[in-house]
Parts: sequence; structure tokens; C-alpha cells
Amino acid sequence: MEDMIFYDRLQFAFTITFHYIFPQLTMGLSLIIVFYKGLYLRKKVEKYNDAAKFLMKIFAINFTMGVITGIPMEFQFGTNWAKFSELTGGIIGQTLAMEGMFSFFLESSFLALFIFGEKLMGQKLHFLTGFLVFLGSWASGWFILATNAWMQHPVGYEILDNGKYVLENFSALFTNPWLLPAFLHNQLASVVTSSFVVASIGAFYILRQKNIEYGKLFLKTGVIFGLISSLLVAFPTGDWNAKNVAKYQPASFAAMEGIFETEEAGAEIVLVGQPNMVEKKLDNKIAVPNILSFLTYQDWDKQIVGMDHFEEDELPDNIPALYYSYHIMVGLGTIFIGIMGLAGFFLWRKKLYTIKPLLWIIMFLVPFPYIANITGWYVAELGRQPYLVYGLLKTVDGVSPTVSSGNTLFTLLGFVALYMLLGLLFLVLVGKAIHQGPKHQTH
Amino acid sequence: MEIFWFLIIAVVLAMFFVLDGYDFGTGIIHLFFAKSEKDKEVIAKSAGLFWDSNEVWLVAAGGMLFMAFPTFYASVFSGFYLPLILVLWLIIFRAIGLEFRSQFNYQMWKDIWDKSFGVSSLLLALFFGIALGNIVRGVNLGGVKDGISTYEGHFFFLPLWNSNFSPLTEHPGVIDWFTIIIGLISVVTLAIHGANWVIIKTNSSINGKLKKVIFKLNCALLVLTIVSVICWQIVNPDALNNFVEKPYLLFFPLLYITGLTGLFFIHKFKKDSYGFVCSTLLIVGGISSSLASLFPILLPSVNDVNEPLSIYNTAASDYGLSVALGWGIIGFILLFVYMIVQKRIMGGKIDHMDYGH
Repeated sequence: MEDMIFYDRLQFAFTITFHYIFPQLTMGLSLIIVFYKGLYLRKKVEKYNDAAKFLMKIFAINFTMGVITGIPMEFQFGTNWAKFSELTGGIIGQTLAMEGMFSFFLESSFLALFIFGEKLMGQKLHFLTGFLVFLGSWASGWFILATNAWMQHPVGYEILDNGKYVLENFSALFTNPWLLPAFLHNQLASVVTSSFVVASIGAFYILRQKNIEYGKLFLKTGVIFGLISSLLVAFPTGDWNAKNVAKYQPASFAAMEGIFETEEAGAEIVLVGQPNMVEKKLDNKIAVPNILSFLTYQDWDKQIVGMDHFEEDELPDNIPALYYSYHIMVGLGTIFIGIMGLAGFFLWRKKLYTIKPLLWIIMFLVPFPYIANITGWYVAELGRQPYLVYGLLKTVDGVSPTVSSGNTLFTLLGFVALYMLLGLLFLVLVGKAIHQGPKHQTH
Repeated sequence: MEIFWFLIIAVVLAMFFVLDGYDFGTGIIHLFFAKSEKDKEVIAKSAGLFWDSNEVWLVAAGGMLFMAFPTFYASVFSGFYLPLILVLWLIIFRAIGLEFRSQFNYQMWKDIWDKSFGVSSLLLALFFGIALGNIVRGVNLGGVKDGISTYEGHFFFLPLWNSNFSPLTEHPGVIDWFTIIIGLISVVTLAIHGANWVIIKTNSSINGKLKKVIFKLNCALLVLTIVSVICWQIVNPDALNNFVEKPYLLFFPLLYITGLTGLFFIHKFKKDSYGFVCSTLLIVGGISSSLASLFPILLPSVNDVNEPLSIYNTAASDYGLSVALGWGIIGFILLFVYMIVQKRIMGGKIDHMDYGH
């Protein structure tokens, strides 16, 4: 049976990974755009308005990509995961339909107004449209996280005799203890991505000796937003999420931390090591004793259960991938704090714009927040396995009963080819916008 | 409560076809009639400025269908697996075409994306018509073979076509001569609709010519409509029973007939927007008549073993539906506010509209 769903899982993983490149930028970037637009309203310095409009161009390209790669996500619930949709549609359909109703309409209506309507409506209204775009994109994140939170930690439901999940308490979907920490963590992580992108464009302009005035502005904004968001992603939100996993999904927690055996007393934190699934241990392990117990429970000697505590079929089915995703996310997050801390220090000492090695590093740092965001989602999704709805509905039981894996492989290949083209065009367009710079006006 | 949600989703779906319909139609017009670069650019722009906010209606319709009729959503989306994924790919190609054509001032580049925009629009119009044809014709629910279901009764899987392209067998495919006719109706209707959109939204040099095109297309549509009704009777003899039993449902075909008749007077209209109203009536009338003919069924079964899917056997719980009605009303009020704001700021011809202007 596992093989039957392999291509369905791969197709979903591939299309969602590609899709999530775009929203993670637009959510954070809309915040920075609103920030610039607000500064312009207060200080009336033309530079801030140009910066906001320039970033909106990059936003618009990403938004379009997000829309066209997002429609396949919604369709795939029905096409590839029909049994899951049939059983849980009465619940997660609510949050997904609300996303369309409250966020996409808002975002798309006011994005068009922001881009084409500045001269038609005056500065205050223009700021307001920008703010509404920001609100729409964050509302989208909220509803998607509410959907995912229900799958991670189901609440407010009742199961009928025919196996269908029906909604029993609507407000429970939004007071789910999983939702708020996951939402904040995710949104802050998207601010990390966008501020690193803005900082990178700034570093590029300074190094290239072009648009230097904007380069300094972007670098400064990117470093300040980047430092604050990197810190908040780790603590308190990252910490809060980890505690939730330990509490609600202890098997996933053991797997992502790489704890094969339950220790008598406090658990060590693993920094480096490769899971060896044959001998059920970590190879080449470097670990610090008792730290994990302290981080999780503020108690050095508290016991944390390891993977040996659980039945084979309750453990995630790809432990190494989960373990690596988690360690890559945490490792990168730590590096981000370090680099942005250093950059923030030099910014404070007014030396940042002249330290070339650091500018080069910031410029080339761009792919890594994307990797951290995406591996973060892998932790959530791989950690939930073997379930679609944690503890209740297994992934193998959610797949479409009538779609053969041959058909799925066919469409998967199509998506891979199409998204390669899409990715290429995307890079060309963003490259063109950055090359033209903020001063450029199209006619 | 099921009826409420059926009506809401029908309205959202009709909005999608009216709104995204004009930009599909614009693509068809662009493909066949736009010759000069100036016309090509402005016609592509008349779709390019609006397609993404229009496509949101598809996302909204999908989301609501998922929430209100999860069994129907699951069954139809997995049953029409291949055609739906093809539709997704076409939507992506079309969007690329619209968004990328003006990025580089290089003729070959523009030609490629113009074709991509035009051809995908044409195929999408055809596919959406074929989809409607499939819904009114019905499918082999449960994948019945020799009187025994292969799957649970509400699931099915349709091949793209069967060996003789006939809707009259036990195993109809997605494409057969009946669904092709409905597909052609859809292409012609949306082409008319798109032409009307180009006329009201741009000052292109072919606006005068497009009125003649609309007239000719409308003649073709009249013929196709008559043929399709006859074929529909052959494929499904009970097709028109609902209209006989509940004559007030004839209101919907009447909308269609009004639109069809109106468009024969396209040359005499004092305002260009009348033409657009007529083609809107065509689309709304066509979709609502098809849904009314089936009601309360959503998807007929071509075998006697499994029950058709109806609004009653596929709906979510009453509690869920009534909660959703609450937020739905709030959502729609907000939506109409956005639309009014957008219309007030961005109404009128778009020829000179550009970034920041």
C-alpha cells in the first residue's frame, strides 16, 4: 500500500514546496512595504515612496506566482486526496473557504489598486490599500495555519458512524492551542525571508556602486527587521512550538531531536549526528547533556521519552528526513541570528556599509531563509506522519481510491517540467526588476 | 441549508464564468483577430490587469464546494483527475503568457507568450464547456462493470475518451460528441463575451470589426444551441423534466434566450455595455439552466446501481453549513464593498493605465 501513495505524496510535497517559495516572501514583504509607505506619509521623503513601490513590483511578481501555484494546491485536496477531503471537508473546508472569502478577495482587489491607483486616489488611501494587502496576506497565513493546526491537533470535531468528521465547535478551530504559536512562528519566519531579501538587494546595490542611496536604506531596513525577526523566530515562538510538539506529538519530538533511547534522567541535545536506522542510534554524535530537558521543561533532570518508547507504526515513517529538516532549520536559524547580530553591531557603529566581506555574505545569504522556512514545514508535515489527521486518520487512508499511481506519476512529471519553466521565468523577472532599480519608471 | 449553499456556490460559479469568462474570451479574440502590435498589447492588457482577481472566484468556488459538499468535491475532483490537472496547466500557461509578454520588447518573445495566452484561453473555454457537458450527461458512478461497483458508490474515474466517443454507452469518457458540442457552445459564448469586453474596455482599432464578429458568432451559437438541446434529449431523455414539473425554472432558459436575441441587435445598441450585458445573460442563463435541469441532483449516474450525487447525500453537517452561512454573509458584504471601490477607481478604458499612473 505504501507504494500506491508514494507519487501522491511526492507530488504534494513537490508542488507545496515550490508554492511556498512565494507566499513566504509576500507575507513578510507586505509588512516592509507598509512600513516604507508609513514612513513616507510621516516624513514626506520621496525615497521611502520609491522604495515601497519598488518592493511592490517584486511583491506583485511573487503574488502572481503564488496564485498560479496555489490553485493546484487547493485542487489536489480533491484530485489526489479525495478520501481525506470527503471525510474531513466539513471541518477543514471551513478554514479553506474562509481563506478564499476573507483573504484572497481582499489581497487581489487592493493589490491592483495599489499598483495602478496611486495617482488616482492620493497618498493616504494608497497607504491604506497597501495595509489591506498586508492584512489579506497575513489572514491567508492565519487560515492555512488554522487548517494545518487542526490536522496536527484535531479539536472541535465529532466522528460519525460512517467515519466522517463533522464540525461540533467552530470557534475551537481558532482557539486550538496549536494555532497561535504556529502562526506567529510562521509569520515571523516569513519576515526573516523578506528582510534577508531586502538586505541582500541593498548589499548588491552598495557593492555594485549603483542606486547606493536605496542600497543603504534597504540594507539598514533588512538588517533591523532581520535581526528582530530572527530572534523572535527562535524565542519565544520556536521554543513554544517545540514544547507543543513535545506535549501533543511526543513520538515526533523524539524523532526530530534524534533520541533513540529513553534516558533515565535528563535528555541531551543533539547538535550533530546521522541517524542510523539499522542499529537505531546516531552515528558521529555530538551532544550536550541535559540541555534538551531544560529547554523543554525548565528542569535539567526531567525524563524525555525516546523512540524506543513507541510502536513502529506510531513513529514518523521517514525519521532521517524529519531529523535533518529540524536540525537544518534550527542550525540556519542560529546562524541568521549570528550574522544579523554582527551586521546590527556594525550598523550601530556606522561601519556596516564599508565592510565588504560582510556585504558579500549578506548578499549571498538569500537562499538560506527559504531553506529554513521550507525545512520548518517539513518538520511539521513529516512529524505528523504516519497520520494526515494526527492520531485519527492515516495518510494511506486519505488517498483518492480511483486515481492510479500511473496517472499520478504522469501529472507529477508534468508539474516538474512546468514549474522548472516557471522558476526560470520568475528568476528572469525578479532579476530584471532588481537590475532596473527603484528609480526606474515604466512608460 | 443545503439549498442555500447550492445557490451561493451557483452564484459564485456564475460570477467566475462571467468574470474570468471575459478574459478567456479576450484570449480567443486576441488569438484570431488582433493583428497590429498596438491592438495585441492593449487587448492582452485588458485581460492582464484583471485575470488574477477574477480567478480568485474559482478558488472561492472550490473552497466553498469543499466546505459545503465535501463528498461531491472529493468524488468529482478525483473522478475528473486528468482533465482537471490539464486545466491547471492551462491556467498556468495562460497566466505566464499574460504576465510575461510585455516584459521584454522583443518580437519573438511577445509572439510566444501571445500564442500561449490565446491557445490556453481557447482550450480552457473548451474544457469548461466539456466539464459542464459531463455534469449534465452524468458519469458511471461507482465504476460499475457488469452490474457490480468497482469503488464505493460515490466515486468514479473517467477516461479522457472511450473508443467511439459516444455518450450513450455504460462507460462514457470525458470527451464525446455531446460534450464537444457543449464545449463549442462555451467557446463561442466566451468569444462573444470577450469581444464585448474588448469593445468596452479598450480603444483598439478592431472594435468596429468585432461587432460584426459577434453577430456572426451569435448566428453560430443559435444553431449550436438548437443542436445541443436535441442531443441533450437523446443523451438524457429526462433532461427537461424539471422544467415541465416546475415551470418557474423556465426563467433561467429565458435569460439565455434574451441574451441570444439581444446580441442580434449588436449594431443598433446605443451603449457598448449593452452587448456585455447580453453576453453576461448568455453565460448566467446557460449555467443556471443546466443546474436547474438537474436540481437537486449535482451529478447524475448513468447506471442503475448507484444513486446520483445530490445536494442531500453529499452535504456537510447542518451545524457546519449554518456557521458558514454566518461568515459567508459577512464575507460577501465585504466583497461587494471591495468591488465598488475597485470599480470607482479603475473603471473606464485602460489604454493609458500603467504602473503608478
